[in-house]
Amino acid sequence: MTPELGQLALILALFLALAQSVLPLIGAWRGNRALMAVARPAATGQAVFVALAFAILVSAFLRFDFSVQYVADNSNLQLPWYYRIAAVWGAHEGSMLLWVLILNVWTVALTLFSRRLPDAFLARVLSVLGIISTGFLCFILFTSNPFARLLPMPPDGADLNPVLQDPGMTFHPPVLYMGYVGFSVAFAFSIAALLGGSMQQSWVRWARPWTNAAWGFLSCGIVAGSWWAYAELGWGGWWFWDPVENASFMPWLVGVALIHAQAVTEKRGSLRAWTILLSLFAFSLSLLGTFLVRSGILTSVHAFASDPRRGTFILCFLAVVVGGSLLLYALRAPKVAGGKAFALVSRESAILVGNLMFTVAAAMVMLGTLFPLLGDALNLGKISVGPPYFGLLFPLLMLPVVLLLPFGPYLRWGNSEAPMLKQVLVRAGIAAAACAVIAAFLVQGQLKAIAGVASAVWVGMGVVLYVLKRWRDMPRGRRYPAEMAGMLLAHFGVAIFLIGVLLSESLSVTRDVRLSPGQVATVGGYEFRFDGVTQATGPNWTAQQGVVTVTRNGAPVAVMHPQKRTYAHEQVQTTSAIDPGVTRDIYVALGEPMDPNHVEGAWALRLYTKPFVRWIWGGGLFMMLGGFVSAADRRFHVKREAEAAQTVTAVLQESQA
Amino acid sequence: MSRLLPFFAFVLLAALLGFGIWWNSAHDPTAVPSPLINKPAPAFALPMLDQPTKTVSKESLLGKPYLVNVFASWCFACGEEHPVLMEESKGLGVPVIGYDYKDDPNDAKSWLAQHGNPYDMVIADTSGHTAIDFGVYGAPETFLIDAKGVIRYKRIGPLTSDVIAQQLKPAIEALQKEAP
Repeated sequence: MTPELGQLALILALFLALAQSVLPLIGAWRGNRALMAVARPAATGQAVFVALAFAILVSAFLRFDFSVQYVADNSNLQLPWYYRIAAVWGAHEGSMLLWVLILNVWTVALTLFSRRLPDAFLARVLSVLGIISTGFLCFILFTSNPFARLLPMPPDGADLNPVLQDPGMTFHPPVLYMGYVGFSVAFAFSIAALLGGSMQQSWVRWARPWTNAAWGFLSCGIVAGSWWAYAELGWGGWWFWDPVENASFMPWLVGVALIHAQAVTEKRGSLRAWTILLSLFAFSLSLLGTFLVRSGILTSVHAFASDPRRGTFILCFLAVVVGGSLLLYALRAPKVAGGKAFALVSRESAILVGNLMFTVAAAMVMLGTLFPLLGDALNLGKISVGPPYFGLLFPLLMLPVVLLLPFGPYLRWGNSEAPMLKQVLVRAGIAAAACAVIAAFLVQGQLKAIAGVASAVWVGMGVVLYVLKRWRDMPRGRRYPAEMAGMLLAHFGVAIFLIGVLLSESLSVTRDVRLSPGQVATVGGYEFRFDGVTQATGPNWTAQQGVVTVTRNGAPVAVMHPQKRTYAHEQVQTTSAIDPGVTRDIYVALGEPMDPNHVEGAWALRLYTKPFVRWIWGGGLFMMLGGFVSAADRRFHVKREAEAAQTVTAVLQESQA
Repeated sequence: MSRLLPFFAFVLLAALLGFGIWWNSAHDPTAVPSPLINKPAPAFALPMLDQPTKTVSKESLLGKPYLVNVFASWCFACGEEHPVLMEESKGLGVPVIGYDYKDDPNDAKSWLAQHGNPYDMVIADTSGHTAIDFGVYGAPETFLIDAKGVIRYKRIGPLTSDVIAQQLKPAIEALQKEAP
């Protein structure tokens, strides 16, 4: 199929998106059912055309159609097919197309699973999603057309950035976008609630599973990105506070706050305005992230080509969507602080403290990310804050969260009695202290590692104690409803994450060595024997491949093959070798030959042992699982019918009043 | 009124972002006028990265022009600049001194071991105090210092092949013509 058909499909999708934004909104306003009914078919049709355009771009990559500029820029004849597919979202134009496709996936999912929502409400929600989609389709068509032709057609293309030629990178962007874009659903729900003027809290119940699922995807995407940085960049680090990483982390932080605020609003009716505001923030930060990455106003490792036109377009779009929604919030947000009252010691208070910490953390990350811009604006010169700023402030802000976490499930709504909390405090505290003492002997007094063990046991014990309590107190089948199970899983993930971060940061051993073939270096109790360098070839690269045999007290552990790959167009990329393990990773990166003319001689090598580093991503995956499991709670799905009927009457009453 | 606060905060943010777009298109983000050009380089005495007991000072380098390249293992842009230096540093005609900025010496050593060492000598400014005297905005930065210890050229941000060919090499050639 010719690329022009792809462009045509996008134009048709744009018209459907326009219909989806305008008509249902008028319908909901005038009470016209026919206009409201346009929303579903328009959304489905739009999704079909966007998917078609996407498929045409994929096929252009698979057929080596270098007459398409984007294909010629990002692939070549040697690139294997799986990376040609990943190349679709390897650069700006294609990743924007993926963004819209995923927005359509969410919209279609919403039309399928929300048949029980009141018509007017769903019409407004779909209309908001249509507006967002319209903006992005215009952006693609007017500033970033992936189907632009390149004439004359070159015989071969350039190359996909070798850094992106990694399995982790193939699925990192789609999953991350699932999360980013997924917050658009919560956003659309709260806009619809503001527009409808119905201050029922039922919209929050409908929005909750969508928020949890989006947050789960976002967690997974961040984990994949972090894993990719660790495995591919060869620096052994897993998080760099890079502007683009921060761009995905800010919505995640606000997402955590939102998930908890939604729980309060749904169950108790409190914090209604705050929940709406957080829904707006979460998606606004997703848009801001897109802006930061796409406008190129901040330099980063994820260097995309920057173009002031694109930046200006997204900024205008941001102004309309975010500015408009915040203005709407100012006009229509619930004025009365409704809901049931709560005492100082209550679940609401604890969640409020957590919310405060997560929101402030997101603001802190935003400030740090935008600091270079502020420096320019205030004429302070070029300043940027790096890991020292984030590394100091973030743990400080998270400390209260970690301290409160074990009490979370025990706290009651409204008012909590102290004895139960005291029991948790004593049990988890003793367990944490005991483990810290044991750990102190094992890690030779490394404070950070001891803090890691203590905090993880503290959080983990809180979860375990609550699991046991439910097991004893409740009859089989009612012990762990999905919503609660998800919460416990995510909280347990925090404990695992704490172990991973604090132990790997404090106990990792790194050594840089020069080894001739046959020589042995010892790092962290493992012997690394360098067995020389051989040639290796892959589908589109050749490599110098080191052979390193790792033993422990003479017993073989692993044979590792770190590489220095040379891709087409002479791009060089180191690929580290990792021997994964539950309690430690062994990580070897190949440096340079001591003498470039004698590659059979000595080489510089970087050897790491990284205890418990895998727990970082393990913790992230537990959190992801928590998001998905609680999204699947039957309560969100079964009660809808009754709830919907209730709202309809409420809306009617309100309009009569 | 308080409900308008988020909106006003956003207006400020949008203004900042708009400013960012304007600034980036109106300015070469790397072109920062340095008050130090044609001024003597500040006095410094810094340990060598490989042999911390040996100190390199401004006086010890007087007599011929040299290039100081500020880098750090934590700095992303330095990673972009690095291949360019690996390729071109030997062809510049002046010694290139790596200035390791606010870095853990071990990280810097391994960074150089892994990515290659384009420098004739590396000095380490672990605290970053001397860098303040140099007016370092951030890594990477590059200073060309002449035989009398005067800063003659400064580049903020990564060196690229174009910058080297169009700015740095002419500046070095001018210096070499001055030399007796």
